[in-house]
Amino acid sequence: MSQAAEVHSPAQRPAQAEVLRVEHLAKRFGAVTALRDVNLRLHRGEVLGLIGDNGAGKSTLIKILCGFHQPDSGRILLDGEPVVMRGVDHARSLGVDTVYQDLALVNELSVYHNMFLNREKVRWPLLNNRVMRKLATEQLASMGITNIPDVGVEVAKLSGGQRQAIAVARAVYTRAKILLLDEPLAAMGAKEGAMILDLIHDIRREGEVSVVIIAHNYAQVLEVCDRVNVLQHGEITFDKHATETSVQELTELMVAEYRAGRTGRLRR
Amino acid sequence: MGEAFLRRREASVLVVALALVVYFRVSSEVFLSHDNLVNIAQASAPGAIVAVGIVLLLVSGEIDLSVGMVFALAPFLMHYATDLYGVPIIPAILLALVLSAVVGLANGLIVCKLRVPSFVTTLGSFYVLQGIVLTTSHAYPAEIPEAAEGRIRSWLGAGDWAELIWCLVIVGIFHVVLTRTRWGLHTISVGGNLLGATEAGIKVNRIKIGNFVITSVLGAFAGIMEAFRVHTIDPNLGGGTGVTFTAISAAVIGGTALAGGSGTVIGALLGAVVLAELQNGFNLIGISANPFFLILGAAILVSMIANQYLSRLRRAGRT
Repeated sequence: MSQAAEVHSPAQRPAQAEVLRVEHLAKRFGAVTALRDVNLRLHRGEVLGLIGDNGAGKSTLIKILCGFHQPDSGRILLDGEPVVMRGVDHARSLGVDTVYQDLALVNELSVYHNMFLNREKVRWPLLNNRVMRKLATEQLASMGITNIPDVGVEVAKLSGGQRQAIAVARAVYTRAKILLLDEPLAAMGAKEGAMILDLIHDIRREGEVSVVIIAHNYAQVLEVCDRVNVLQHGEITFDKHATETSVQELTELMVAEYRAGRTGRLRR
Repeated sequence: MGEAFLRRREASVLVVALALVVYFRVSSEVFLSHDNLVNIAQASAPGAIVAVGIVLLLVSGEIDLSVGMVFALAPFLMHYATDLYGVPIIPAILLALVLSAVVGLANGLIVCKLRVPSFVTTLGSFYVLQGIVLTTSHAYPAEIPEAAEGRIRSWLGAGDWAELIWCLVIVGIFHVVLTRTRWGLHTISVGGNLLGATEAGIKVNRIKIGNFVITSVLGAFAGIMEAFRVHTIDPNLGGGTGVTFTAISAAVIGGTALAGGSGTVIGALLGAVVLAELQNGFNLIGISANPFFLILGAAILVSMIANQYLSRLRRAGRT
């Protein structure tokens, strides 16, 4: 992938300002410790891949960063300023937007209503459907999502990939500074996955938006990300540039954990 | 396409309503007489008004069984305020509506904050309210307050078309609210995908509680109008479960799914009209009231089966 190699070269990517910094973040749900002590940083225009086993706390971390959950302890800094995110709306107003694993789409609503869900264009007291329809069509076209014939169609009628594309387009549309993508490639066909990867490439090339992306396919992670972090047992245990690691290293890291856990269990 | 389906569902109830008009007109000369049309209007309006609230709740994934008792309680609240505490009639009516809103608020808070399913919550509040109505009224009917006689009474229910006009205004307003406002969009979202709506930052509890309040207030308003119309405040007004069940039937026959996420206010109005036509027409052609329930039950079952079938068709058409 020549394009990836060129983007990865340090000369092309000078160290940028830190847009997000997470210090000693912890979160418990009752007896379960989801996050123990997470430290993480994200630079402007950077795409950070976050990998880890199921249950390692990836989704919890994302849901704290987007304001859905509140952390028990630790700090979040945006552009160097400590912030407390009171909710999803507040996080969004601070420039953090999210594509959830479950996409947060409402099947019964049209594509354009979903794209403007909870940030509807209103000509009080009524919804301004005409404007939302137009803006949604333009946004999808500008992102090269051309396989959705009509934004008036109910989301229930779309394929998995189309739904994923709508969810990503919705988050990108808000002009977020930081985009959190929770498994945007899960359950997608090769063609649709490529569409999402292209979108992320485009975002990275523009260099304005920083992205945290959770994924399971290490090859894809290395393809689109600048840096890779591994989350294990509620802590970041690995932090390397994508150019300095490989699918083998990441795979061995995850398998080693599994083996260690297994022998540990056997010994007990 | 989805809207087309909804519209078609409304259209099918409309066809049934019109077919019944034709059938009963052929069977009975007086069916379309002025007096009988007033009867039908007065029989369908209270149920339709309550059904508007029920539709909002069903769309947001909840239900309110207690609304029928709010319907019975509200005119008593007005009566107590005027006749025991000397409150003027208009403030007394407003007070009754506000207190009923508090009932809706309590229902909503119990459902959303204490996480008791709405079916159980409102079953409980149904009996609590029934107890309040029967205890405070000693199970005796009361007179309409003197101050309400005349213009207020006829404008708020007793006039020939008063109930129908209020009903059409309310249906019109809430049809727009459900289909063209943020509140409606968020109501659909909350019922269609609760987690997704929360993730999108929608204040889902506010939406649900708001719809409980709207339903209670509509129930209270319909109850006060019905009391004015029949010219007495009866502790068994609406037969307790009667209004609740009629309203739910009207909503369901009108094409609102119990699963949440979709529903139509206009369909509920048509559903209420169909029910009123059936009851009225059966009376006119001399069939006893008893088979009415047979028809009602069959109508609910048929429309629900049709809904299931339609949504299965829709799901199949996705890919």
